[in-house]
Amino acid sequence: MAPVLEVSGLQTHFFTFGGARVVKAVDGVSFSLGDGETLGLVGESGSGKTTTCLSIVGLLPRAARIVGGRVVFEGEDLTRMSQRELRRIRGRRIAVILQDPMASLNPLFTIFRQVAEPAFFHQQMRGRTLRARVQHLLKAVRIPSPEWRMRNYPHQMSGGMRQRIVGAIALAGGPKLVIADEPTTNLDVTIQAQYLDLLKDIQRETGVALIFVTHNLGIVAKMCDRVAVMYAGKIVEQAPVRELFDDPKHPYTRALLGSVPKLGSKEPLYSIAGQPPNPASLPPGCPFHPRCREALPRCASVDPPDFHLGDGSVARCWLLDDAVARP
Amino acid sequence: MPSPVLEVRGLKKHFAVRRGLFGRESAWVKAVDGVDFAIQPGETLGLIGESGCGKTTTSKLILLQETPTAGSIAFEGRDIAGLAGAELMAYRRAVQVVFQDPFSSLSPRMRVRDIIAEPLEIHTDLARAAIDERVGQVLELVGLTRDVAPLFPHEFSGGQRQRVAIARALATDTRLIVLDEPVSALDVSVRAQIINQLEHLQRTLGVSYLFIGHDLATVAHISHRIAVMYLGKIVESADSDALCTRPMHPYTKALFAAALPSHPGDRTESGTIVGEIPSPLSLPTGCRFHPRCPSAMPVCSEVEPSLQRREGAGQVACHLY
Repeated sequence: MAPVLEVSGLQTHFFTFGGARVVKAVDGVSFSLGDGETLGLVGESGSGKTTTCLSIVGLLPRAARIVGGRVVFEGEDLTRMSQRELRRIRGRRIAVILQDPMASLNPLFTIFRQVAEPAFFHQQMRGRTLRARVQHLLKAVRIPSPEWRMRNYPHQMSGGMRQRIVGAIALAGGPKLVIADEPTTNLDVTIQAQYLDLLKDIQRETGVALIFVTHNLGIVAKMCDRVAVMYAGKIVEQAPVRELFDDPKHPYTRALLGSVPKLGSKEPLYSIAGQPPNPASLPPGCPFHPRCREALPRCASVDPPDFHLGDGSVARCWLLDDAVARP
Repeated sequence: MPSPVLEVRGLKKHFAVRRGLFGRESAWVKAVDGVDFAIQPGETLGLIGESGCGKTTTSKLILLQETPTAGSIAFEGRDIAGLAGAELMAYRRAVQVVFQDPFSSLSPRMRVRDIIAEPLEIHTDLARAAIDERVGQVLELVGLTRDVAPLFPHEFSGGQRQRVAIARALATDTRLIVLDEPVSALDVSVRAQIINQLEHLQRTLGVSYLFIGHDLATVAHISHRIAVMYLGKIVESADSDALCTRPMHPYTKALFAAALPSHPGDRTESGTIVGEIPSPLSLPTGCRFHPRCPSAMPVCSEVEPSLQRREGAGQVACHLY
C-alpha cells in the first residue's frame, strides 16, 4: 500500500544576513508514514524536528527555504505546490496541533467560530449543519455540554480543555494526517495522560496518521509505532518503537534512553557530556562525535551514511559499519 | 534523630479575592491549607503535585516572599516569622533558591562573576580578591571553569545557565536550597547532568533540598522522601522507595498511572482519574479529591480525612485506610 506521506532527502536551510550565513536546520531527512501509523520525531531543541514539520505543511518562516528533497502526500509533491494549492490541503487533509493552545486559539473569537472555520471554508457548511458538526467535534474531544461550551471564549477554559479544542479544530476537516508538535508540554501529568488517551481513541476511530514531535521518550513509548531520532538536522536512527527501546543502535539514542530517570531506580543517570551543537556551526564529520563516548578516529572527519539493519532499523553511525553487510 | 533543618507546622496561606472596585473580600483561595513537613540535614524532600496545588506558594512562604496566614516555619529550631535585622540576613544567607527558567532568573546585564558575587557582597564583608576566589570555587563546584566568570549569561546554554544559578545559590554558606522545577526547562540530555550534579553537591556539602516538581520519575530519583500535594494539602508522604513501590492514596496512584512508561512494553493502564483539578475558590466538601476519586465512598464527601500513619514510615490522608 502506498504510504500517506513520504519525505525523502528533505533539506531546509535558513538564509540570514542576505544569504551570507546558511544554517542547515534540516539536512537530508527521509521517512514515510502509512495509514493510521504514528511516527515519533524525537530530538532536543535545535535538532530540526519543528522545521521538518513546518516544511511538510509549507509554513516555514521567510528566511527558510526548502533546497532539496520531496514531500509526497497522497501522491502529490507538496514542495512543488503554491501557497494557494497548499491552502486546500492544510486544515483539511493535513492538520497541525501546536504546543501552546493559548497561542493557537484566537482570544477574540468564540470556540464555535474557531472550530467551525475549517468546515466553513473547506466543506462550505452553513447554519444548522455547521452547528451540528461543531457539536459533534466537541463531543469527540470530550468537551462536556458542547452546545453551551461552544459559546465560550478560550479564556473561560482550562489549559487541558483548550488543547482539546485545538484537537477538535484539527479534526474538523477530516484529515488523513495530523502533525502534533509537543502538544502536551504545558499540561499537567494527569491531564496529559487523558489527552494522549484521547488522541489514541480518535486515531483508532478515524484511522488518521500521526506525526508526534516530542523530546519526551515516555510519550514515544506510550504513543508511537515507529521512532525517528533527530540530531543536528539529520535522522540519526529510525526504528520500530520496540527495537529502539530494546536495542538502540546509535550512541546518541542509547545516551538519551539512559539519561531518563526510571521510576524506582536510584542509580546515577547516564549523562551526555557537553551541549547540543549549534546548527549554525556544526563540527566536521559526524555531528555527534564531540559528545560521543564511543567515537572512532574517522568519526571526526567523515559523516557516516545510513546503515540498514536487519530488524527494520536504520542508523547513521560508523560503529555499525562492520555489523552490516555491504550491498 | 538529628534536629531538622526546616520544620513546617500547620502552614496556611489564604489569598483574598476581591470583586469589583473597592470590593469586599468575597472569597478566599486556600492555596496552602494546613501543611506539615520537616527536612533533615543533607536530605531531599520532594514536593509533587499538579499546577494549582500550592507547591510554589509553599516555597514562597519558606523564602519569606509571602507571610503565612497561620502556622509556623522553623529553621534550625527557630521560628522565622519574627526574624529581623541580622537574624533575617542570616536566614536569607542559609536558605537559597533555584528557579525553573535560567533564561529569566539571571540578569542579562550582569556578568557571571557579578551574579554570583552579589549575595557575597550583601551578606559578607569579604574583600574583592576573596570574593573573586569564592566565585571561582563555586563555579568549579558546579562543574564550570573559573575563566567563565567574566562572561554574560547569553553566552551560555540552558544547562550551563542553570549551573550558574546553582553556583549563586551555593555562594553563601547555604544549608537549604529550594529547587523549583530546576530541570523542567532544560533539554533531556542536559537534565541528567544537572540532576547528577545536584546529587553530587549534596553528598559533598551536606546541603538539604526541597525539590519541587511534577515529573514523578525525576522527583523520585533525587528525593529521599516525597510529599504529594493536592489542593493545598499533603495527601500522602513517605520514603521515596515506599511511595514508588506502594502508593496508597488514590491520587498518588493516579499520578503513577498517568506517569509515562519508560518502555513501550509496559504501557500503563489508562483512564484512572477523570476530570480536572477543581478551582481552589470552591473546594469540594469532605475530601478534596472525592469528585475525581475512583474509589470514593459516601463518607468522603462529608468528612475530610486526616493524615494517618501508613506502613513504611509515612502518612496518608484517606478514608480507605
